[in-house]
Amino acid sequence: MKIKNKAQCGSLESSDLMVFVEPADSLKIEIESSVKKQYGKSIERTVKEELERAGVKSVYIKIQDAGALDPTIRARVSTALKRGSK
Amino acid sequence: MKNKLNVEIPGNLEGLGKLLPYKGAFERIRNLSAEDLRTVPVKVRAVMPGTSKLTDSIEKAVERSGLKNGGTISFHHHIRNGDFLLMKVMPILEKMGFRDLVLFPSSLANPHQGVWEYVKKGVVKQIHTSGLRGDLGKFVSRGGMEIPVVVRSHGGRARAIKTGQNRIDVAFIGAPACDREGNINGITGPSACGSLGYAMVDAMYADFVIAVTDNLVDFPLSPVSIPQYQVDTVTLIDKLGNPDKIGSGSTRLSTNPIDHLIAENAARLILNSEYFKEGMSFQAGAGGASLAVAKYLSDHMTEKKITGGFTIGGISSYMVELLKRGIFKRMYDVQSFDKGVVNSFHENSEHVEINADFYANPFNSGAVINNLDVVVLAAYEIDTDFNVNVLVDSHGYAQGASGGHSDTAACAKLTIVVAPTYRARLPMIVERVSTVITPGETVDAFVSERGIAINPANKVLADSLKNSKLPLIDIRDMKKETEKITGKPDPLEFTDKICGLIEYRDGTIIDTIKQIVEK
Repeated sequence: MKIKNKAQCGSLESSDLMVFVEPADSLKIEIESSVKKQYGKSIERTVKEELERAGVKSVYIKIQDAGALDPTIRARVSTALKRGSK
Repeated sequence: MKNKLNVEIPGNLEGLGKLLPYKGAFERIRNLSAEDLRTVPVKVRAVMPGTSKLTDSIEKAVERSGLKNGGTISFHHHIRNGDFLLMKVMPILEKMGFRDLVLFPSSLANPHQGVWEYVKKGVVKQIHTSGLRGDLGKFVSRGGMEIPVVVRSHGGRARAIKTGQNRIDVAFIGAPACDREGNINGITGPSACGSLGYAMVDAMYADFVIAVTDNLVDFPLSPVSIPQYQVDTVTLIDKLGNPDKIGSGSTRLSTNPIDHLIAENAARLILNSEYFKEGMSFQAGAGGASLAVAKYLSDHMTEKKITGGFTIGGISSYMVELLKRGIFKRMYDVQSFDKGVVNSFHENSEHVEINADFYANPFNSGAVINNLDVVVLAAYEIDTDFNVNVLVDSHGYAQGASGGHSDTAACAKLTIVVAPTYRARLPMIVERVSTVITPGETVDAFVSERGIAINPANKVLADSLKNSKLPLIDIRDMKKETEKITGKPDPLEFTDKICGLIEYRDGTIIDTIKQIVEK
């Protein structure tokens, strides 16, 4: 999958996250989270897995997380990528 | 030395003296030593009849008090998030050149976060409080205090004052209504805040009492919460506070469905206990789910035609409603949580103001919480030994308050802690809480939206509920179920530096506030 446009998915509500994607020449991941101390590594792992699943190798992706559960993160990331690829 | 919860406690600390390790919730009370029985008498003052008590500025009142460097000053937090007084007094003390003061308020709320700057400047050297919020809490948790903060329960503070562990040199008492002789109440005037329960103890034992009011009324004031014979000087200022900010979100009835599910579970537990009977007494702490328990409990009480004996605590408008409806016969109020409670004092003689000594002091001839049947309390975290943290937040900062949590947990016959199993991904059940405020041995049950976990240490309760239809679950299983959803969190990292001491209600040290490692 190739990211062609800027796109976003999610909200800034508690227990949700906002995902922003943008075309880029390389892979750049930025993560902000209210639970970074406890789940920072886990969130990064999940985001990378979703990028791999979608076959996205180069993208600028920014996560603003407010304590979302893992399935929420996967759903928001994959939707943002789909929107960005259109 | 290690205390009963295996926490390393220093034997001595500069500025705080000898520290006693926590040995169990009632060990010190059972074995009072000769040292414990000593109290320090109140300082004698005498004035000639006709002497005026009025001073026209806080500065002049402080001059009159004879406050010295290193002295102890107290404040009450009854105006909570609307309080102006403490932060009005601090710059005056700085300007007058005071150094190394011991700040000894009943608690510190959001408007008082700026106190850390006075620590930096050397005006304040020590802080003793029930709560820490905002920048001040971060400052403490990052290791900003040279001498650790002492965190006390409301009952523990009354004990510390009464036994002379802490002498108050000057008490600044924000007085919503005050006459020229210093008679005070909290229920009239533009800054009316309701009960003055914490300030009453300060007025009784302080060496010098300054009443600061924005509502000087004709002598003699009635009713009187703090009498003139305890007050040395009266100062009139513009504005004491904003009473619209007394109430915080935590004192309203929740609209969150999870809170209501938790509350229903907790109310069913009470219904199935031996304490659900005519005359039962009940306290609900602040926090969404705890107050909602009062709603479901009152429904059961109405249905079964049971009238409660008394309700007590920090009082919110919802509890006033239950008193009005006759669900409970009497209400003891040490602290009013919102402006709506103030009117009830005028309307209802069963709404009784009590002081912190009467409320929760373990070292007197019987605080009223000794007569409490059921208490429902909130938690930031609870661990598999049922220890509860209500002070240090999920980022590792002190952002909460000890309050009456450990006092009521120890004394109530049935102590129920309520919380959702997770909030914004963070599990509320942990292996060991970061800071113990209330020891697990005083907690009987933890109730969440997933069910009811009875503390196995309370065998009688566990056995009595075995054949009930309640959704019982082992706390360890509840923890596992939760982590399946949230994933296992990485632990916060703390250094060994002691940033604060958690003093249990009996004066022993139960835990410490550690320095957070910022990542």
